[in-house]
Amino acid sequence: MSAEAHDSTLHGTADHGHDDHHDDHDHHEQSFIEKYIFSMDHKVIAKQFLITGLLWAFIGGALSAIFRIQLGFPDADLAWLKPILGEWIELTDAGKGVLNPEFFLALVTMHGTIMVFFVLTAGLSGTFSNFLIPLQIGARDMASGFMNMLSYWFFFASSVIMFVSLFIETGPASGGWVIYPPLSALPQAVGGSGLGMTLWLCAMALFIVSSLLGGINYIVTVINLRTKGMSFTRLPLTIWSFFITAIIGLLSFPVLFSAALLLIMDRSFGTSFYLSDIYIQGEALSNVGGSPILFQHLFWFLGHPEVYIVLLPALGITSEVIATNARKPIFGYRAMIGSMLGIAFLSFIVWAHHMFVSGMNPFLGSIFMFLTLIIAVPSAVKAFNYITTLWKGNIVFTPAMLFSIGLVSLFISGGVTGIVLGNSALDIQLHDTYFVVAHFHLVMGAASFFGMMAGVYHWFPKMFGRMMDSRLGMIHFWMTFIGVYLVFFPMHYIGVSGFPRRYYSFETFDAFNILSNVNTFVSISAFMALSGQLIFGFNFFYSIFKGRKAPLNPWNSTTLEWTTPRIPGHGNWPGAIPEVHRWPYDLSKPNAKEDFIPQDVPLSETPESNLPHDH
Amino acid sequence: MTNAILGVAAVLVLVILVLIFRLQGLIAVLRGSHKNKGGLTNKVNAAMFMIFFVVGLVAFIWYTFTGEYNLPEAVSEHGKRTDKLFLVTMIVISVVFVLTNFLLFAFSFKYQYKKENKATFFPENSKLEIIWTVIPAIVLTYLVFNGWKEWTSITTPPNEAQYASEKPIELEIVGQQFYWNCRYPGQDGQLGQHYFKRIDSDNQFGLKLEDKSGLDDFMPREIHLPVGRKVHFRIRAKDVLHSVFAPHFRLKMDAVPGMPTEFWFTPTKTTKQMRTELAKEARYQELDDQGQQKWRSFNYEIACTEVCGRGHFSMRYIIVVEEEEEYQKWYDSQKAWTVGARDYVAQYLKVNNPELMKEYVNYIDEELTPKSEEAVAEVEETEEEAIEETPSEEGDDIESEESGDETDEDESALLDQDILPNS
Repeated sequence: MSAEAHDSTLHGTADHGHDDHHDDHDHHEQSFIEKYIFSMDHKVIAKQFLITGLLWAFIGGALSAIFRIQLGFPDADLAWLKPILGEWIELTDAGKGVLNPEFFLALVTMHGTIMVFFVLTAGLSGTFSNFLIPLQIGARDMASGFMNMLSYWFFFASSVIMFVSLFIETGPASGGWVIYPPLSALPQAVGGSGLGMTLWLCAMALFIVSSLLGGINYIVTVINLRTKGMSFTRLPLTIWSFFITAIIGLLSFPVLFSAALLLIMDRSFGTSFYLSDIYIQGEALSNVGGSPILFQHLFWFLGHPEVYIVLLPALGITSEVIATNARKPIFGYRAMIGSMLGIAFLSFIVWAHHMFVSGMNPFLGSIFMFLTLIIAVPSAVKAFNYITTLWKGNIVFTPAMLFSIGLVSLFISGGVTGIVLGNSALDIQLHDTYFVVAHFHLVMGAASFFGMMAGVYHWFPKMFGRMMDSRLGMIHFWMTFIGVYLVFFPMHYIGVSGFPRRYYSFETFDAFNILSNVNTFVSISAFMALSGQLIFGFNFFYSIFKGRKAPLNPWNSTTLEWTTPRIPGHGNWPGAIPEVHRWPYDLSKPNAKEDFIPQDVPLSETPESNLPHDH
Repeated sequence: MTNAILGVAAVLVLVILVLIFRLQGLIAVLRGSHKNKGGLTNKVNAAMFMIFFVVGLVAFIWYTFTGEYNLPEAVSEHGKRTDKLFLVTMIVISVVFVLTNFLLFAFSFKYQYKKENKATFFPENSKLEIIWTVIPAIVLTYLVFNGWKEWTSITTPPNEAQYASEKPIELEIVGQQFYWNCRYPGQDGQLGQHYFKRIDSDNQFGLKLEDKSGLDDFMPREIHLPVGRKVHFRIRAKDVLHSVFAPHFRLKMDAVPGMPTEFWFTPTKTTKQMRTELAKEARYQELDDQGQQKWRSFNYEIACTEVCGRGHFSMRYIIVVEEEEEYQKWYDSQKAWTVGARDYVAQYLKVNNPELMKEYVNYIDEELTPKSEEAVAEVEETEEEAIEETPSEEGDDIESEESGDETDEDESALLDQDILPNS
């Protein structure tokens, strides 16, 4: 520890007034590879997660653009995509390019997998847990820098395998991101269940390892490495959310791993965990006694907590950003923690609401309906607390704040339809329709993405020592916010009229031979929202190198990360780690000299504003 | 060449945009306008939230009431009730949705940064927290309770007495890549047993031919149901997961290989009635591919809602709901599947169960194969009682002859009481 502290001191002094990106020649104790590639510094690892996650987000977005062309413009000639998609664009006799229906399924499958796991789990939780936990609790680094590094490189290996699977001849996995067997177990059922599925499973196994290594580290760090005075009741809500998220992940990801393992056994070693009574391609398989429902239970035992694994960090970030920019303490700090704990607990006992019409015992359905709707209560508490935090605030609309307010709106709009879907009697009609697509894209996909964007805009100055351009950030926000609503709100109507998910075309059915104008509208809106992300991409990468240099505490925030140098070196604080004397939300405290009091300011320095219970 | 010029032009435009952006950024730094928290952009953003809310609300209300997105009214008994529950739930959540979003955007607008203002230090209030814990809990309890009652009534199969009085239509729906098939019991009222290893190109359902009750089953190309009678869908899948989705009936249930599932419902409107009603709607006046007005060719459909591969989007199947007499006429006109597969049955039994061969082939020839035209007509004219008696007699046969075989428990439970003592 002493060597590390010494090391950090060196960095800290050297960093003052310099641009960190060009000073690697000054320090011969760390080579370029040690510093930027196989780094054990949590901040570098966080940036690695962020940039990898953003690249995945662009890939996932591009995949959705392709299938939105198919859905919005089913008669369009796609021959121009042939240079990119090759044989997945089939030419008709008239020379018209048509998307291969199996590849359509592969597109939706990979879009889902990439967005849920690679962007919103690794890109969001991996980035901000890594970056903020040590900085906000006052630690020099994670409990184990080495495990942290492994966590990223397992994720990287997983990414490479998943990326490779996009290019193989039989196509990537195409059974939906939920990969229900038998479809995912039988290569003869769909091309993507061949090598593509094998690669998917390998990639996910590595991903789970990465996620567990990261999660254990986050938990240990939060419990053990808090600085003096940083009690659990003084932790910023970001840290609470990362902490709870890591616990959820630790308990649920192993179950997905076992589900994947059994599927691998069924696929490659002739077992029958999920397979029974199957006759396919003119052949009766020898498997008997397995149950596809077993897989669904195992999958959703992770799959549902996964929703909160992506959402809770976003809510944590939002809590921080809203409080800072409304210049008010977050309303109901303890209620926020309580509701997160409640959500975390309940997230483990609601999974079968994804399976109301799977054929499982209807009595189970009743139980899971009750449990599911209970989870709406802590979620409602959170939403009301955010709104009350804005009430009588003095709100500065930074891009991060815009995205946070956007998140709350999406969280509400997507959340309320959960009350419909969680009701098993109503889910009969709506299950696997666009109503579900609308619901989870708003409440989980877009809301978490907004949380991620809020985090990027808010902590970019601490990550790179420079500011992102706020006007571009605002344009980015409005294009995305309006775009997201225009994409997903109309999908509710499409869902109410019964349109099923993962349909290549709706022309086969009389019942679905309507609303093609709405689908076109949705596609155009999606292109708009996606093109807005290019503005973000430019802003992000441009600002890393050319952005305005950031002040030490650009948002007048109270938490510890803003007490570090502009570009914190290895070890974060050049001198001693600051001590914490108060909770993180002393914003606009009555009689205080300024409208914020950082956590490391002792009560003895602020006699004018101390409240009776502060002592 | 044009592409190259366009490419160069695009790059140039981008470069110019970047330069303008860079210049503006520098000017902003020189002016120090980034330090001005409550500047014009802050006001614009605050206003945008209100504009967004108002425009969004208008669009939401307008499309909800004018958009042509609704399915026709449910045509099943449970569907009518779940539609009502759906409406009530939607009204509740729409109110919450509009109110909370209003507060969110209105507060954002009203409490935008002003230099002279200071935020109010208001960290907590237990009373408020309790209010917005308890109120959602009460509303949810109400909704859950109604949903639970409905769910229970939908998923509870009829008991024996109800079964005897309602005489549900039994039929089996089987999903496979990429179509549906259905199977009705013949005059014996019983579906024959099946086993997946018996499936081949002649025996698509994998029926066990030792089971005599399967010999008179028939597999029509579309489902026919009488209006007002309870229906029992027995659902299974051959290869991968599928899901039976009949949107007009508000019916959905997965088809799972190796695990039969079921759905009970009662159709309430015939296809003809529905067509007449839809004839009044503008969008059904449009012409379909055959140049017919859409309402004339309207049909209740089954779609697949569990992704099952390449042809997932094309698993269309039709349900025809008709009056009881029409249904009976249709039912009586159906031929047992073994009639066209007599030789296949004979060959199969010769290999697997020779002692049954003669009797079963006789049964196919004598009882299942329709006689001359007049004979068929005669059958149609007979009273309903006669139709009801036939299954009882054949039920007897099965019980006595297959005493050695394992009988499907579900199916024996469904036999009429007066048959059982004979076994």
